[in-house]
Amino acid sequence: MTTDNILIKVTGLQKNFGSLEVLKDINTEIKKGEVVVVIGPSGSGKSTFLRCLNRLEEPSGGKIEFGGVDITDKHVNINKHREKMGMVFQQFNLFNNHTILKNITLAPVKLGIMKKDEAEKKAMELLKRVGLEEKANAYPSQLSGGQKQRVAIVRALAMNPEVMLFDEPTSALDPEMVGEVLDVMKELAQSGMTMIVVTHEMGFAREVGSRVVFMDEGVIMEENSPEEFFANPKNPRLKDFLSKVLI
Amino acid sequence: MSKKAFTALIIAVIAVLAVSFISPAFASAAEAVTEDAGIQAFFVELKDNIIEAFNELKNDIYTVLIKNDNYRHITDGLLVTIEITFAALIIGLALGFVVAIIRSTHDKTGKFKFLNSICKLYLTIFRGTPVIVQLLIIYYLWLGKAGVHENIAAIVAFGINSGAYVAEIVRSGIMSIDNGQFEAGRSLGFNYVQTMIYIILPQALKNVLPTLANEFIVLLKETSVASFIAVKDMMKGANALVGFTYNMNIPYITVALIYLVMVLVLQKGVSLLERRLRNSDH
Repeated sequence: MTTDNILIKVTGLQKNFGSLEVLKDINTEIKKGEVVVVIGPSGSGKSTFLRCLNRLEEPSGGKIEFGGVDITDKHVNINKHREKMGMVFQQFNLFNNHTILKNITLAPVKLGIMKKDEAEKKAMELLKRVGLEEKANAYPSQLSGGQKQRVAIVRALAMNPEVMLFDEPTSALDPEMVGEVLDVMKELAQSGMTMIVVTHEMGFAREVGSRVVFMDEGVIMEENSPEEFFANPKNPRLKDFLSKVLI
Repeated sequence: MSKKAFTALIIAVIAVLAVSFISPAFASAAEAVTEDAGIQAFFVELKDNIIEAFNELKNDIYTVLIKNDNYRHITDGLLVTIEITFAALIIGLALGFVVAIIRSTHDKTGKFKFLNSICKLYLTIFRGTPVIVQLLIIYYLWLGKAGVHENIAAIVAFGINSGAYVAEIVRSGIMSIDNGQFEAGRSLGFNYVQTMIYIILPQALKNVLPTLANEFIVLLKETSVASFIAVKDMMKGANALVGFTYNMNIPYITVALIYLVMVLVLQKGVSLLERRLRNSDH
């Protein structure tokens, strides 16, 4: 197939909340290994777009193909596909009643993907990778925001996903903790993980992104390589947006 | 309840009992002693009266409770009370959980419209009418006619009644869990039921466990109206003693003390539970 390299293909994606049209007509393709950074003003629909990709929000129209399968089809078992789509939330959403290790191993073990000892071994390796192996037996409430978010990333990675979705992963963090999370994401990008990142971190977009997408009013207004995107914005709205965020 | 408040309460109860017990002795002593006999005679009379009252009480306790193994009416009844409470608790928990899950699933996803309206009707009826009316209707209009034993009828009635309260307690627990927990579960590939079982319910239960335990205490006390359908529970035992000893004080106060002790023990358990949960609150 010629589409071998395309992991996610979005065609005519729409989402309404009642009479409010949040996504109007989104068309894009995400290739394997790409790091797509989605930026835009609040209310532009970028988070909704991301949440439609794993159907946490049910799309109102259009098609999302993931690995060649149309996952908006009602007969598709979305849970199976979600296993392959890791998600990291703005509010971390760690399971407060479980230890860090259990947070990470719960899904792989209960879903029958790995045996308990295998999952724990993998969890410890990943925790080591983000520098948190000594927190394995701590509870989420004992961690700082930055540590929680790194654990959340590890939790998603433990499922061996094909793509990672980041929904404003640093927006709820104190400024001094933003760096440690971005570093983990950067390292992840360099390891070849396909990533879609909704963020306000322009530095990250410029440095790590392989493509930057600007969304406003429920449509993709402009997308380009980071160099072109920041040096030569064409859309007047994007120019206006960049003039406000890049001081 | 703090330890100080608790001690104060106990002292107050003892004081009230003591005053009501001794005041007749005062009154009769004051009557018997003439004005010029002096204060000393009054105290002698009072002392005699109190001793007499104590002896009378001892005598009464013996004839009402000890003689002919009369206490068996109350202790046998206690067993029935405990049996009905536990069985009703199990029915209430099972029913309450099912209703809570249906209701919160409907609230979250919009599914189960029909089942949800049935559950709402159930909650409205059983939380909106007195439990004794429900008991009488369930026994005399339904189970009793079908020849079901009154103990079973009481278990069913209290179980269904308690289920309505448990349902709302558990539902509030489920709804109190942040939706982000739910989304995190779903995003990892868990389906709705798995997310409920592995992630939402354990946290929800932990939050509502003290409230559920209180519901259990309420249930224990409520079963005392089971005697209305001739269940031989502790209350019925007390009534029987009143009937053939013509003494009202001792049977009712005994039953009150037994209920009080059970409730205090359970409350102690609840507060220990609460403290443990708070300590492991992560």
